[in-house]
Amino acid sequence: MLLRLIFVVVSAFTLGFALLMVTARSLFHSALAMAASFLGVAALYILLEAEFLAGVQILIYVGAIAILIIFAIMLSRGTMRTAEPVVNKQWPFVAVVALSLFGLLAFLVSQVAWPARSAEPMGDPIAALGKAFVGPYVVPFEVASVLLVVAMIGAIIIAREKE
Amino acid sequence: MLHSYAFIAIFAIIAFGFAVAGPAFAWLVRPKKPNAIKNDTYECGIKTFGETWVQFKAQYYLFALIFVVFDVEAAFLFPWAVAYGQLGLYALIEAALFILILVGGLLYAWLKGALEWQ
Repeated sequence: MLLRLIFVVVSAFTLGFALLMVTARSLFHSALAMAASFLGVAALYILLEAEFLAGVQILIYVGAIAILIIFAIMLSRGTMRTAEPVVNKQWPFVAVVALSLFGLLAFLVSQVAWPARSAEPMGDPIAALGKAFVGPYVVPFEVASVLLVVAMIGAIIIAREKE
Repeated sequence: MLHSYAFIAIFAIIAFGFAVAGPAFAWLVRPKKPNAIKNDTYECGIKTFGETWVQFKAQYYLFALIFVVFDVEAAFLFPWAVAYGQLGLYALIEAALFILILVGGLLYAWLKGALEWQ
């Protein structure tokens, strides 16, 4: 019962800040609301007992992605000052598309059986993940490193292109 | 497991309440008699000029991008570090290879001058 209450509070926090993000007139306020929404998602992961995912969510999304987006906003002149209206002429069409997507997803969620596993959770899931990284999943682990290098080199090339 | 996170939740609630309660209480008990001089940002000194929102140097973005890459790298290495005591030399070499590939990327950034401040 208490867990359900906490879930409702955390979900309201996450969705409230997500709503604030799309309705805020200032792009900078949107970015701050997005960071708060990311924190709410991390709390949801903890409620699902996915500690590592929650840590990664805070480390990468709140710590890095939000900073990156705030930097991108603060680097561009103009977007800081002008408060653009949040809706334009196309909003009825977008509302129809968004509502039909919501309807489709809600229908799918209600149709799936969501089987519950009664098996005991692993003793130390993070250590198990670490062992899996260097054991059966060593090739994806190394490829992830190559992917990160590719992302870094690509970012440098695109950022330096203009000079 | 969730019980250990209850402390974080309680801490967050107290921290938020602490920040809100002080100004809220001050707002409740203070007399409200505003005038033009009181509402000034500074009582004395030079008035501010220019915009509050200044444009940042574009180079910060490149640093932030490189930071994201190494942040993801750290996230990958955490589980490995937790399991380190139960792993052998082979795992150490694999993690070293993982880091070496990224050091290659860092060397590239360095040689390209992406880390130079202009």
